[in-house]
Amino acid sequence: MGEIPVQKDVPWLVTFKISWGSLRRRLLRSLVTMTGVVLAIAFLAHMLITDSIIYALVEVNERALNILLQKSDVDISNVGTGDSLMVLFLFLTLLITLVGISNSMFMAVTERVREIGTLKCLGAHDNFIIRSFLIESSLQGVLGTLCGIILGMTVALSVALVSYQAYVFKYFPLAAVIKALMISFVIGTVLSVVASIIPAYMAARKQPVEALRHEE
Amino acid sequence: MSEVILTVQDVTKVYTMGAEKVHALRGINLEVAQGEYLSIMGPSGSGKSTIFNMIGGLDSPSAGEVLFEGAKLAHLSSAQLAWFRCHKIGFIFQSFNLIGSMTTLENVSIARVFAGASLEQAKQEAAEVLTRVGLGHRLTHLPSQVSGGQQQRIAIARALVNKPSIILADEPTGNLDLKTGEEIIDLLAEMKQDLGITVITATHDLKMLSRSDRVILIADGQIRRITKKGEVEIEVGSVDGETVA
Ligand SMILES: Nc1ncnc2c1ncn2[C@@H]1O[C@H](COP(=O)(O)OP(=O)(O)OP(=O)(O)O)[C@@H](O)[C@H]1O
Ligand SMILES: [Mg+2]
Repeated sequence: MGEIPVQKDVPWLVTFKISWGSLRRRLLRSLVTMTGVVLAIAFLAHMLITDSIIYALVEVNERALNILLQKSDVDISNVGTGDSLMVLFLFLTLLITLVGISNSMFMAVTERVREIGTLKCLGAHDNFIIRSFLIESSLQGVLGTLCGIILGMTVALSVALVSYQAYVFKYFPLAAVIKALMISFVIGTVLSVVASIIPAYMAARKQPVEALRHEE
Repeated sequence: MSEVILTVQDVTKVYTMGAEKVHALRGINLEVAQGEYLSIMGPSGSGKSTIFNMIGGLDSPSAGEVLFEGAKLAHLSSAQLAWFRCHKIGFIFQSFNLIGSMTTLENVSIARVFAGASLEQAKQEAAEVLTRVGLGHRLTHLPSQVSGGQQQRIAIARALVNKPSIILADEPTGNLDLKTGEEIIDLLAEMKQDLGITVITATHDLKMLSRSDRVILIADGQIRRITKKGEVEIEVGSVDGETVA
Protein backbone atom coordinates (compact mmCIF):
# COMPACT_ATOMS: atom_id res chain seq x y z
CA MET A 1 0.00 0.00 0.00
CA GLY A 2 2.99 2.31 -0.24
CA GLU A 3 3.86 4.81 2.42
CA ILE A 4 1.57 5.02 5.46
CA PRO A 5 0.66 8.67 6.09
CA VAL A 6 1.09 10.59 9.31
CA GLN A 7 -1.98 11.01 11.52
CA LYS A 8 -3.23 14.62 11.48
CA ASP A 9 -3.89 16.67 14.59
CA VAL A 10 -7.42 17.27 15.80
CA PRO A 11 -8.00 21.06 15.80
CA TRP A 12 -7.86 22.83 19.17
CA LEU A 13 -11.47 23.93 19.07
CA VAL A 14 -12.71 20.40 18.39
CA THR A 15 -10.46 19.06 21.14
CA PHE A 16 -11.90 21.67 23.47
CA LYS A 17 -15.48 20.73 22.65
CA ILE A 18 -14.76 17.03 23.20
CA SER A 19 -12.93 17.66 26.48
CA TRP A 20 -15.61 19.98 27.81
CA GLY A 21 -18.32 17.49 26.90
CA SER A 22 -16.73 14.67 28.81
CA LEU A 23 -15.59 16.81 31.73
CA ARG A 24 -19.15 18.05 32.22
CA ARG A 25 -20.35 14.52 32.76
CA ARG A 26 -17.88 13.64 35.44
CA LEU A 27 -17.93 16.97 37.16
CA LEU A 28 -18.92 15.58 40.53
CA ARG A 29 -16.32 12.87 40.41
CA SER A 30 -13.65 15.25 39.24
CA LEU A 31 -14.48 17.59 42.11
CA VAL A 32 -13.79 14.73 44.49
CA THR A 33 -10.39 14.29 42.88
CA MET A 34 -9.98 18.04 43.05
CA THR A 35 -10.40 18.20 46.84
CA GLY A 36 -6.63 18.64 47.03
CA VAL A 37 -6.88 21.79 44.94
CA VAL A 38 -9.97 23.02 46.75
CA LEU A 39 -8.45 22.61 50.20
CA ALA A 40 -5.05 23.99 49.24
CA ILE A 41 -6.55 27.08 47.66
CA ALA A 42 -9.03 27.48 50.52
CA PHE A 43 -6.07 27.47 52.86
CA LEU A 44 -4.18 30.01 50.78
CA ALA A 45 -7.15 32.29 50.27
CA HIS A 46 -8.01 32.09 53.95
CA MET A 47 -4.47 33.05 54.86
CA LEU A 48 -4.28 35.98 52.50
CA ILE A 49 -7.70 37.35 53.34
CA THR A 50 -7.27 37.04 57.10
CA ASP A 51 -3.95 38.77 56.70
CA SER A 52 -5.32 41.71 54.81
CA ILE A 53 -8.22 42.11 57.24
CA ILE A 54 -5.94 42.10 60.27
CA TYR A 55 -3.55 44.46 58.57
CA ALA A 56 -6.40 46.87 57.87
CA LEU A 57 -7.68 46.66 61.43
CA VAL A 58 -4.27 47.22 62.96
CA GLU A 59 -3.87 50.31 60.80
CA VAL A 60 -7.01 51.76 62.38
CA ASN A 61 -5.27 51.75 65.76
CA GLU A 62 -8.35 52.12 67.96
CA ARG A 63 -8.23 51.13 71.63
CA ALA A 64 -11.23 48.81 71.77
CA LEU A 65 -10.19 47.21 68.50
CA ASN A 66 -6.61 46.75 69.63
CA ILE A 67 -7.85 44.86 72.65
CA LEU A 68 -9.85 42.55 70.40
CA LEU A 69 -6.82 42.03 68.22
CA GLN A 70 -4.65 41.19 71.19
CA LYS A 71 -7.27 38.76 72.42
CA SER A 72 -6.92 36.83 69.20
CA ASP A 73 -3.14 36.75 69.55
CA VAL A 74 -2.25 39.31 66.92
CA ASP A 75 1.16 40.83 67.50
CA ILE A 76 0.11 44.42 66.74
CA SER A 77 3.56 45.94 66.70
CA ASN A 78 4.77 43.48 64.11
CA VAL A 79 1.95 43.17 61.57
CA GLY A 80 2.82 44.10 58.01
CA THR A 81 6.51 44.46 58.68
CA GLY A 82 7.14 41.19 56.88
CA ASP A 83 8.73 39.44 59.81
CA SER A 84 10.51 36.18 59.09
CA LEU A 85 7.83 34.04 60.73
CA MET A 86 5.26 35.49 58.40
CA VAL A 87 7.41 34.81 55.34
CA LEU A 88 8.00 31.27 56.51
CA PHE A 89 4.30 30.76 57.02
CA LEU A 90 3.49 32.06 53.56
CA PHE A 91 6.15 29.83 52.10
CA LEU A 92 4.68 26.82 53.86
CA THR A 93 1.24 27.71 52.59
CA LEU A 94 2.51 27.79 49.04
CA LEU A 95 4.27 24.49 49.54
CA ILE A 96 1.08 22.87 50.82
CA THR A 97 -0.79 24.31 47.84
CA LEU A 98 1.78 22.94 45.44
CA VAL A 99 1.78 19.45 46.96
CA GLY A 100 -2.02 19.34 47.22
CA ILE A 101 -2.51 20.38 43.63
CA SER A 102 0.14 18.19 42.03
CA ASN A 103 -1.14 15.23 43.97
CA SER A 104 -4.68 15.85 42.76
CA MET A 105 -3.64 16.32 39.17
CA PHE A 106 -1.48 13.23 39.24
CA MET A 107 -4.43 11.21 40.50
CA ALA A 108 -6.72 12.68 37.87
CA VAL A 109 -4.40 11.45 35.12
CA THR A 110 -3.57 8.09 36.68
CA GLU A 111 -7.17 7.06 37.07
CA ARG A 112 -7.63 7.56 33.33
CA VAL A 113 -4.63 5.75 31.92
CA ARG A 114 -6.79 2.95 30.52
CA GLU A 115 -8.90 5.53 28.77
CA ILE A 116 -5.75 6.91 27.20
CA GLY A 117 -4.87 3.43 25.96
CA THR A 118 -8.31 3.10 24.39
CA LEU A 119 -8.03 6.48 22.69
CA LYS A 120 -4.69 5.46 21.24
CA CYS A 121 -6.25 2.30 19.83
CA LEU A 122 -8.81 4.51 18.12
CA GLY A 123 -6.00 6.42 16.50
CA ALA A 124 -5.51 9.36 18.87
CA HIS A 125 -2.33 11.25 18.19
CA ASP A 126 -0.17 11.87 21.30
CA ASN A 127 -0.87 15.58 20.87
CA PHE A 128 -4.60 15.04 21.20
CA ILE A 129 -4.12 13.32 24.52
CA ILE A 130 -1.79 15.96 25.89
CA ARG A 131 -4.03 18.79 24.71
CA SER A 132 -7.23 17.32 25.99
CA PHE A 133 -5.68 16.67 29.37
CA LEU A 134 -4.33 20.19 29.43
CA ILE A 135 -7.76 21.61 28.63
CA GLU A 136 -9.50 19.42 31.16
CA SER A 137 -7.04 20.09 33.93
CA SER A 138 -7.22 23.83 33.31
CA LEU A 139 -10.99 23.71 33.54
CA GLN A 140 -10.82 21.47 36.59
CA GLY A 141 -8.18 23.72 38.08
CA VAL A 142 -10.32 26.81 37.57
CA LEU A 143 -13.30 25.07 39.07
CA GLY A 144 -11.44 23.64 42.04
CA THR A 145 -9.78 27.00 42.59
CA LEU A 146 -13.12 28.83 42.56
CA CYS A 147 -14.57 26.39 45.07
CA GLY A 148 -11.45 26.74 47.21
CA ILE A 149 -11.63 30.53 47.11
CA ILE A 150 -15.27 30.53 48.15
CA LEU A 151 -14.53 28.12 50.98
CA GLY A 152 -11.45 30.01 52.17
CA MET A 153 -13.20 33.36 51.98
CA THR A 154 -16.22 32.10 53.89
CA VAL A 155 -14.10 30.72 56.69
CA ALA A 156 -11.83 33.77 56.85
CA LEU A 157 -14.79 36.19 56.95
CA SER A 158 -16.68 34.14 59.53
CA VAL A 159 -13.70 33.93 61.83
CA ALA A 160 -12.99 37.64 61.40
CA LEU A 161 -16.62 38.49 62.13
CA VAL A 162 -16.63 36.43 65.30
CA SER A 163 -13.36 37.96 66.50
CA TYR A 164 -13.75 41.59 65.50
CA GLN A 165 -17.49 41.95 65.02
CA ALA A 166 -18.72 45.05 63.21
CA TYR A 167 -15.22 46.47 62.87
CA VAL A 168 -14.71 44.10 59.96
CA PHE A 169 -17.45 45.83 57.97
CA LYS A 170 -16.44 49.28 59.04
CA TYR A 171 -12.85 48.94 57.93
CA PHE A 172 -13.23 46.25 55.31
CA PRO A 173 -10.13 46.30 53.05
CA LEU A 174 -11.99 45.62 49.82
CA ALA A 175 -9.07 46.25 47.47
CA ALA A 176 -6.70 44.07 49.47
CA VAL A 177 -9.21 41.23 49.68
CA ILE A 178 -9.85 41.35 45.94
CA LYS A 179 -6.14 41.26 45.39
CA ALA A 180 -5.88 38.24 47.68
CA LEU A 181 -8.64 36.52 45.74
CA MET A 182 -6.93 37.20 42.47
CA ILE A 183 -3.59 35.93 43.71
CA SER A 184 -5.26 32.71 44.91
CA PHE A 185 -7.03 32.32 41.58
CA VAL A 186 -3.90 32.73 39.52
CA ILE A 187 -1.81 30.47 41.73
CA GLY A 188 -4.50 27.76 41.77
CA THR A 189 -5.04 27.76 38.03
CA VAL A 190 -1.41 28.00 37.01
CA LEU A 191 -0.32 25.30 39.45
CA SER A 192 -3.14 23.00 38.29
CA VAL A 193 -2.08 23.27 34.68
CA VAL A 194 1.63 22.96 35.40
CA ALA A 195 1.07 20.02 37.73
CA SER A 196 -0.93 18.13 35.11
CA ILE A 197 1.47 18.62 32.21
CA ILE A 198 3.98 16.10 33.45
CA PRO A 199 1.58 13.21 34.15
CA ALA A 200 -0.36 13.93 30.94
CA TYR A 201 2.83 13.92 28.93
CA MET A 202 3.96 10.69 30.56
CA ALA A 203 0.58 9.10 29.92
CA ALA A 204 0.54 10.15 26.28
CA ARG A 205 3.97 8.68 25.69
CA LYS A 206 3.00 5.31 27.13
CA GLN A 207 2.82 2.35 24.76
CA PRO A 208 -0.87 1.65 24.21
CA VAL A 209 -0.54 -1.91 25.57
CA GLU A 210 0.88 -0.65 28.83
CA ALA A 211 -1.89 1.88 29.13
CA LEU A 212 -4.55 -0.73 28.39
CA ARG A 213 -3.14 -3.12 30.94
CA HIS A 214 -3.34 -0.46 33.61
CA GLU A 215 -5.90 -1.34 36.27
CA GLU A 216 -8.38 1.39 37.19
CA MET B 1 -8.76 -16.30 -3.81
CA SER B 2 -7.94 -12.87 -2.51
CA GLU B 3 -4.72 -11.12 -1.70
CA VAL B 4 -2.73 -11.24 1.49
CA ILE B 5 -3.38 -8.21 3.68
CA LEU B 6 -1.34 -9.14 6.69
CA THR B 7 1.87 -11.07 7.15
CA VAL B 8 3.40 -12.15 10.44
CA GLN B 9 7.00 -13.28 9.97
CA ASP B 10 8.94 -15.20 12.62
CA VAL B 11 7.56 -13.02 15.35
CA THR B 12 8.85 -13.61 18.83
CA LYS B 13 8.11 -11.70 21.99
CA VAL B 14 10.10 -11.97 25.14
CA TYR B 15 9.09 -10.16 28.30
CA THR B 16 11.88 -9.57 30.74
CA MET B 17 10.77 -9.45 34.32
CA GLY B 18 13.84 -8.90 36.41
CA ALA B 19 16.06 -11.91 35.86
CA GLU B 20 13.24 -14.01 34.47
CA LYS B 21 12.35 -14.16 30.79
CA VAL B 22 8.86 -14.96 29.62
CA HIS B 23 8.68 -16.22 26.03
CA ALA B 24 5.18 -15.12 25.09
CA LEU B 25 5.65 -15.85 21.36
CA ARG B 26 8.22 -18.24 19.91
CA GLY B 27 8.28 -17.68 16.17
CA ILE B 28 4.83 -17.09 14.72
CA ASN B 29 4.32 -17.21 10.95
CA LEU B 30 0.98 -16.32 9.50
CA GLU B 31 -0.60 -14.88 6.37
CA VAL B 32 -4.08 -13.46 6.46
CA ALA B 33 -6.12 -12.88 3.31
CA GLN B 34 -8.34 -9.89 2.67
CA GLY B 35 -11.89 -10.67 3.85
CA GLU B 36 -10.92 -13.71 5.85
CA TYR B 37 -12.51 -14.63 9.18
CA LEU B 38 -9.75 -16.01 11.34
CA SER B 39 -10.04 -17.32 14.86
CA ILE B 40 -7.13 -17.80 17.18
CA MET B 41 -7.62 -20.09 20.11
CA GLY B 42 -5.48 -21.59 22.76
CA PRO B 43 -5.24 -21.91 26.50
CA SER B 44 -4.91 -18.90 28.76
CA GLY B 45 -1.41 -17.47 28.58
CA SER B 46 -0.65 -19.04 25.21
CA GLY B 47 0.02 -15.66 23.60
CA LYS B 48 -3.25 -14.76 21.86
CA SER B 49 -3.45 -11.21 23.15
CA THR B 50 0.24 -10.75 22.49
CA ILE B 51 -0.28 -11.56 18.79
CA PHE B 52 -3.17 -9.10 18.65
CA ASN B 53 -1.03 -6.37 20.15
CA MET B 54 1.60 -6.93 17.46
CA ILE B 55 -0.91 -6.93 14.60
CA GLY B 56 -2.62 -3.80 15.88
CA GLY B 57 0.65 -1.94 16.24
CA LEU B 58 0.09 -1.61 19.97
CA ASP B 59 3.35 -3.29 20.85
CA SER B 60 6.44 -4.27 18.91
CA PRO B 61 7.91 -7.76 18.50
CA SER B 62 11.24 -8.70 20.10
CA ALA B 63 12.22 -10.17 16.72
CA GLY B 64 10.49 -10.74 13.39
CA GLU B 65 8.18 -8.52 11.40
CA VAL B 66 4.52 -7.69 11.05
CA LEU B 67 3.61 -6.36 7.62
CA PHE B 68 0.38 -4.68 6.69
CA GLU B 69 -0.05 -4.60 2.93
CA GLY B 70 3.69 -4.89 2.68
CA ALA B 71 4.50 -2.04 5.09
CA LYS B 72 6.59 -3.02 8.10
CA LEU B 73 4.87 -1.82 11.25
CA ALA B 74 8.13 -1.69 13.16
CA HIS B 75 9.37 1.05 10.83
CA LEU B 76 6.47 3.40 11.47
CA SER B 77 6.67 6.54 13.59
CA SER B 78 4.14 6.98 16.38
CA ALA B 79 2.11 9.37 14.22
CA GLN B 80 2.06 6.84 11.38
CA LEU B 81 1.02 4.11 13.79
CA ALA B 82 -1.80 6.35 15.00
CA TRP B 83 -2.94 6.76 11.39
CA PHE B 84 -2.70 3.01 10.84
CA ARG B 85 -4.73 2.16 13.95
CA CYS B 86 -7.25 4.82 13.09
CA HIS B 87 -7.87 3.97 9.46
CA LYS B 88 -6.97 0.32 9.09
CA ILE B 89 -7.72 -1.44 12.36
CA GLY B 90 -10.90 -1.69 14.41
CA PHE B 91 -10.32 -2.94 17.95
CA ILE B 92 -12.90 -4.80 19.99
CA PHE B 93 -12.06 -5.75 23.56
CA GLN B 94 -13.39 -8.27 26.01
CA SER B 95 -14.10 -5.50 28.51
CA PHE B 96 -15.62 -3.17 25.86
CA ASN B 97 -13.35 -0.24 26.83
CA LEU B 98 -15.86 2.50 26.19
CA ILE B 99 -15.20 5.97 27.55
CA GLY B 100 -17.47 6.29 30.56
CA SER B 101 -17.99 10.03 30.32
CA MET B 102 -19.02 9.94 26.68
CA THR B 103 -22.42 9.07 25.26
CA THR B 104 -22.97 6.21 22.85
CA LEU B 105 -22.82 8.65 19.97
CA GLU B 106 -19.66 10.37 21.20
CA ASN B 107 -17.89 7.07 21.85
CA VAL B 108 -18.29 6.24 18.19
CA SER B 109 -17.93 9.68 16.64
CA ILE B 110 -14.61 10.40 18.35
CA ALA B 111 -13.00 7.71 16.19
CA ARG B 112 -14.30 9.57 13.11
CA VAL B 113 -12.91 12.83 14.46
CA PHE B 114 -9.49 11.22 14.79
CA ALA B 115 -9.79 10.25 11.14
CA GLY B 116 -10.25 13.91 10.27
CA ALA B 117 -14.03 14.32 10.08
CA SER B 118 -15.71 17.44 11.45
CA LEU B 119 -17.76 17.03 14.64
CA GLU B 120 -21.05 17.33 12.76
CA GLN B 121 -20.10 14.91 10.05
CA ALA B 122 -18.64 12.48 12.60
CA LYS B 123 -21.85 12.46 14.62
CA GLN B 124 -23.97 11.88 11.58
CA GLU B 125 -21.87 8.97 10.38
CA ALA B 126 -21.63 7.52 13.89
CA ALA B 127 -25.41 7.62 14.18
CA GLU B 128 -25.73 5.73 10.91
CA VAL B 129 -23.38 2.95 12.04
CA LEU B 130 -25.06 2.78 15.46
CA THR B 131 -28.44 2.41 13.81
CA ARG B 132 -27.02 -0.38 11.74
CA VAL B 133 -25.90 -2.32 14.84
CA GLY B 134 -29.33 -1.77 16.37
CA LEU B 135 -28.59 1.07 18.77
CA GLY B 136 -30.19 3.99 16.97
CA HIS B 137 -32.46 4.52 19.97
CA ARG B 138 -29.66 4.74 22.55
CA LEU B 139 -27.54 7.55 21.12
CA THR B 140 -27.54 9.81 24.17
CA HIS B 141 -27.13 7.09 26.79
CA LEU B 142 -23.90 6.69 28.71
CA PRO B 143 -22.18 3.28 28.64
CA SER B 144 -23.21 2.70 32.27
CA GLN B 145 -26.84 3.07 31.20
CA VAL B 146 -26.90 0.25 28.63
CA SER B 147 -26.44 -3.52 28.90
CA GLY B 148 -23.20 -5.40 28.33
CA GLY B 149 -24.35 -6.67 24.94
CA GLN B 150 -25.28 -3.14 23.93
CA GLN B 151 -21.92 -1.85 25.12
CA GLN B 152 -20.22 -4.40 22.88
CA ARG B 153 -22.40 -3.26 19.98
CA ILE B 154 -21.26 0.30 20.61
CA ALA B 155 -17.69 -0.97 20.54
CA ILE B 156 -18.38 -2.74 17.25
CA ALA B 157 -19.87 0.43 15.78
CA ARG B 158 -16.80 2.32 16.97
CA ALA B 159 -14.53 -0.27 15.37
CA LEU B 160 -16.45 -0.06 12.08
CA VAL B 161 -16.99 3.66 11.76
CA ASN B 162 -13.71 4.32 9.99
CA LYS B 163 -14.23 1.41 7.58
CA PRO B 164 -11.12 -0.49 8.67
CA SER B 165 -9.48 -3.30 6.74
CA ILE B 166 -9.14 -5.51 9.79
CA ILE B 167 -11.24 -5.99 12.89
CA LEU B 168 -9.22 -7.30 15.83
CA ALA B 169 -11.49 -8.76 18.47
CA ASP B 170 -9.85 -10.19 21.57
CA GLU B 171 -12.42 -12.45 23.25
CA PRO B 172 -15.32 -10.17 22.31
CA THR B 173 -17.89 -12.46 23.92
CA GLY B 174 -15.87 -13.19 27.05
CA ASN B 175 -17.95 -10.93 29.29
CA LEU B 176 -21.32 -11.74 27.77
CA ASP B 177 -23.90 -14.44 28.38
CA LEU B 178 -24.39 -17.13 25.74
CA LYS B 179 -27.28 -15.59 23.88
CA THR B 180 -25.86 -12.07 23.81
CA GLY B 181 -22.52 -13.46 22.78
CA GLU B 182 -24.17 -15.25 19.90
CA GLU B 183 -25.79 -12.03 18.73
CA ILE B 184 -22.43 -10.32 18.78
CA ILE B 185 -20.90 -13.14 16.75
CA ASP B 186 -23.74 -12.91 14.22
CA LEU B 187 -23.17 -9.20 13.96
CA LEU B 188 -19.46 -9.63 13.33
CA ALA B 189 -20.09 -12.30 10.71
CA GLU B 190 -22.65 -10.05 9.04
CA MET B 191 -20.18 -7.17 8.91
CA LYS B 192 -17.60 -9.46 7.42
CA GLN B 193 -20.08 -10.58 4.77
CA ASP B 194 -21.46 -7.15 3.94
CA LEU B 195 -18.36 -5.03 4.14
CA GLY B 196 -15.66 -7.53 3.26
CA ILE B 197 -13.73 -6.68 6.40
CA THR B 198 -11.08 -9.11 7.60
CA VAL B 199 -12.01 -10.34 11.08
CA ILE B 200 -9.47 -11.80 13.48
CA THR B 201 -10.73 -12.96 16.83
CA ALA B 202 -9.31 -14.68 19.84
CA THR B 203 -11.93 -16.87 21.36
CA HIS B 204 -12.92 -19.94 23.29
CA ASP B 205 -16.37 -19.74 21.83
CA LEU B 206 -17.37 -22.78 19.73
CA LYS B 207 -19.96 -20.83 17.79
CA MET B 208 -17.37 -18.35 16.81
CA LEU B 209 -15.05 -21.12 15.64
CA SER B 210 -17.72 -22.63 13.44
CA ARG B 211 -18.05 -19.32 11.59
CA SER B 212 -14.36 -19.02 10.92
CA ASP B 213 -12.64 -19.57 7.61
CA ARG B 214 -9.61 -20.76 9.54
CA VAL B 215 -8.91 -21.60 13.15
CA ILE B 216 -5.38 -21.27 14.44
CA LEU B 217 -4.54 -23.16 17.56
CA ILE B 218 -1.66 -21.79 19.53
CA ALA B 219 -0.05 -23.10 22.66
CA ASP B 220 2.96 -21.85 24.52
CA GLY B 221 3.63 -19.12 21.98
CA GLN B 222 3.66 -21.39 18.94
CA ILE B 223 1.16 -22.30 16.26
CA ARG B 224 0.19 -25.92 16.81
CA ARG B 225 -2.45 -26.45 14.20
CA ILE B 226 -4.33 -24.59 11.49
CA THR B 227 -7.79 -25.87 10.69
CA LYS B 228 -9.69 -24.74 7.60
CA LYS B 229 -13.41 -24.30 7.34
CA GLY B 230 -15.26 -27.58 7.03
CA GLU B 231 -12.81 -29.46 9.18
CA VAL B 232 -13.66 -27.24 12.09
CA GLU B 233 -16.67 -28.99 13.55
CA ILE B 234 -14.94 -32.32 13.89
CA GLU B 235 -11.82 -30.88 15.40
CA VAL B 236 -12.90 -28.48 18.07
CA GLY B 237 -14.43 -30.81 20.63
CA SER B 238 -11.16 -31.46 22.30
CA VAL B 239 -7.78 -30.18 21.33
CA ASP B 240 -4.64 -31.80 22.62
CA GLY B 241 -6.59 -33.22 25.47
CA GLU B 242 -7.82 -29.82 26.47
CA THR B 243 -11.46 -28.95 26.48
CA VAL B 244 -12.21 -25.84 24.50
CA ALA B 245 -15.18 -23.54 25.11
N1 LIG C 1 3.53 -7.24 30.15
C1 LIG C 1 3.89 -8.51 30.35
N2 LIG C 1 4.95 -8.79 31.12
C2 LIG C 1 5.34 -10.07 31.32
N3 LIG C 1 4.72 -11.12 30.82
C3 LIG C 1 3.66 -10.92 30.05
C4 LIG C 1 3.18 -9.61 29.77
N4 LIG C 1 2.09 -9.71 28.97
C5 LIG C 1 1.92 -11.02 28.77
N5 LIG C 1 2.85 -11.75 29.41
C6 LIG C 1 2.98 -13.22 29.38
O1 LIG C 1 2.96 -13.63 28.05
C7 LIG C 1 2.22 -14.85 27.92
C8 LIG C 1 1.13 -14.67 26.88
O2 LIG C 1 0.16 -13.75 27.37
P1 LIG C 1 -1.16 -13.37 26.58
O3 LIG C 1 -1.81 -12.27 27.30
O4 LIG C 1 -0.81 -13.14 25.16
O5 LIG C 1 -2.01 -14.70 26.72
P2 LIG C 1 -3.49 -15.00 26.17
O6 LIG C 1 -3.35 -16.17 25.26
O7 LIG C 1 -4.09 -13.78 25.63
O8 LIG C 1 -4.23 -15.45 27.49
P3 LIG C 1 -5.77 -15.23 27.92
O9 LIG C 1 -6.56 -16.28 27.22
O10 LIG C 1 -5.74 -15.48 29.39
O11 LIG C 1 -6.16 -13.85 27.56
C9 LIG C 1 1.73 -15.18 29.29
O12 LIG C 1 2.57 -16.14 29.86
C10 LIG C 1 1.82 -13.89 30.05
O13 LIG C 1 2.04 -14.15 31.40
MG1 LIG D 1 -5.73 -12.54 26.24
